[in-house]
Amino acid sequence: MSHNPRALANATRVAPPLEAARSYPVKPTDVFVFGTCVIDLFFPGAGMDSIRLLEREGIKVHFPQAQSCCGQPAYTSGYTGEAREVARAQLALFAGDWPVVVPSGSCAGMFRHHYPELFKDEPETLKLVESLAARTYELAEFLLNVCRIQLCDAGAPVKVALHTSCSARREMNTHVHSRALLAQLGAVERIDHAYESECCGFGGAFSVRMPDISGLMVLDKTKALAGSGAAEVVSADCGCLMNINGALEKQGASLRGEHLASFLLRRSGGK
Amino acid sequence: MSSPANVPEAPIEFKRNVREALADGQLRRNFRGAMDFLMAKRAAQFPDEDERERLRTFGNQVRARALSRLPELLERLETSLTRNGVKVHWAETVEEANAIVHSIVQAHEAKHVIKGKSMVSEEMEMNHFLGDHGVDCLESDMGEFIVQLREEKPSHIIMPAIHLNAGQVASLFHDKLDVDYTEDVDRLIQIGRETLRRKFFEADIGVSGVNFAIAETGTLLLVENEGNGRMSTTVPPVHIAVTGIEKVVENLRDVVPLLSLLTRSATGQPITTYVNMISGPRKADELDGPREVHLVLLDNGRSQAFADGELRQTLNCIRCGACMNHCPVYTRIGGHAYGTVYPGPIGKIATPHMLGLEKTRDLPSASSLCGACGEVCPVRIPIPALLRRLREEAVRAPDDVPHHLRGQGAKYSAKERMIWKAWSKMNTSPALYRLVGYAGTRLRGLMPSNIGPWTEHHAPPRLAARTLHELAREHLGDE
Repeated sequence: MSHNPRALANATRVAPPLEAARSYPVKPTDVFVFGTCVIDLFFPGAGMDSIRLLEREGIKVHFPQAQSCCGQPAYTSGYTGEAREVARAQLALFAGDWPVVVPSGSCAGMFRHHYPELFKDEPETLKLVESLAARTYELAEFLLNVCRIQLCDAGAPVKVALHTSCSARREMNTHVHSRALLAQLGAVERIDHAYESECCGFGGAFSVRMPDISGLMVLDKTKALAGSGAAEVVSADCGCLMNINGALEKQGASLRGEHLASFLLRRSGGK
Repeated sequence: MSSPANVPEAPIEFKRNVREALADGQLRRNFRGAMDFLMAKRAAQFPDEDERERLRTFGNQVRARALSRLPELLERLETSLTRNGVKVHWAETVEEANAIVHSIVQAHEAKHVIKGKSMVSEEMEMNHFLGDHGVDCLESDMGEFIVQLREEKPSHIIMPAIHLNAGQVASLFHDKLDVDYTEDVDRLIQIGRETLRRKFFEADIGVSGVNFAIAETGTLLLVENEGNGRMSTTVPPVHIAVTGIEKVVENLRDVVPLLSLLTRSATGQPITTYVNMISGPRKADELDGPREVHLVLLDNGRSQAFADGELRQTLNCIRCGACMNHCPVYTRIGGHAYGTVYPGPIGKIATPHMLGLEKTRDLPSASSLCGACGEVCPVRIPIPALLRRLREEAVRAPDDVPHHLRGQGAKYSAKERMIWKAWSKMNTSPALYRLVGYAGTRLRGLMPSNIGPWTEHHAPPRLAARTLHELAREHLGDE
């Protein structure tokens, strides 16, 4: 049967109704940043670049030092009670009115869509949870729709592939926001790659529980990225980046993915 | 369903099946090509995203409403069908369902049964059962016919032979049907049809599935593209329809959105070539049609799903197969690796109710929770959320098993529970979390180069030199 993978790249890209119509506040004076555990330990540069982008927009950033993980690894593994306690530990740290900016779509989605489910039987806690969910933004979304950032491209012409990350795309519409930000960069040409909307195979514990399937998925993803003609790969989710970059390194390829925040900051003249 | 209590069942050997499937390059190419084709066909049927999303919401509401009144609608269905002259039978287990079919077969001294496509009959393993009782059971759907000739099971719920390419079918027909080798697909279909055509007239009983059972009118609706469904349900003197109890809807108006969602999501067709609406046996003044029509309503674990408000959504399913067509896991391992009648995402959430979580313990874990299935499901089953829920049920500790679901706690491991407890402790103790991060980054040179499954496909993960916590504290101060 004949098929055209490039035409198919968009087969499942349309956003779900979770984020149908969100209204955005005016740019605040202060924000919290939730750094995520993967960024904390493996990609701190992406976290710092996120902070710098926000500061460049004139916002004072607060990073509660007691923060750890959103609880997603346990939650998706079925250890709901363990996840709930980790989630509870984050809640008090981000109380108040300031927006909470998360440079990861899946962790932002955890705050916004899964915390209310985790605490549905605790009416008192649920108030705090709903306030957090309402104030949580994925970084690209926040830069675009709250900061109304205007990026000025200072770099040389380059072709870039965007890995849209499943949870980020489906729970937070991150692909729409990421593309809009990249489109502000005049010398950046965004290249579609085959099966763009297909999972890279990470899925947290899935990559360890089902290494054969996951390994084949990331092999296909890295082939598609390498074959796209793009010189650089960006993504707004460091889980996927850890998976994709780890596989690229194992394959001996020189290509590496970079967090969107680092790319945007670098292209638009640093801080 | 009737395995003795307290005897743990051996799990399906999913991981072994996966390794075998992944080693088969031809299989992977066949699936990738076929799934790409089906995804493109579906996408072309929904050019208007808003219309599609509204229709999916409508479909979800119609299914939810039907399920909220399931017992009542089933009784109305029985009343309406009985009024129309259809005999209704209830089966809690596949054994009961097979016994009912067998009693009908015996009453007619039937020797030959011809079947239209029915996944419920696959649940029952009806061919095997009737074969053991000396009854010849022939599949008349082309894909099912091919799979039966190969002595295999379907690898997809609507395209049973999708794992094969034309060359493989050509060899099969050449070997088994004694015809000249040809890879011409039209010719192959013609050969199959010629072989089957005669069989419809020899059959004593025709068996079919049901897509929608309509309570108000007592109508069994059946969609198909080959005409074999109509032949199987009209030519033999007796027709037995088998279906799951969840297939009932209230009235014909409910069918309109579901039918449109089904055919567009499944094969990317605006409507199927045949839409059969069966309302009873041949009437006195009619010249054709079966003289007897039976409906077997099968539970087989569905009432377990029904009893749980969240898991009940599993029963929304209208069996279109879009979730498997869009699943990156199914695309790579194919349908047989699941070892279940229903493969792919829907199989992973439906089968645990049929076989229990002991047997299906690995299935809910076989997903990256990427969400493609939930995004395309025409009746908005939140498949990823239900997979996560089944994971939770599978790892329940022995002192925390409420026995709502068969096989709860089957995947419990004291060691793994302890690891997550330790993880939780670390992530709820800020000082400990920062200490571990600090120590880890300082000792990153000691990270082993081989860390189990991860390093089979990746370079070892490289901890940063300093954590974001440290960098942020330097930059922003301590908060």
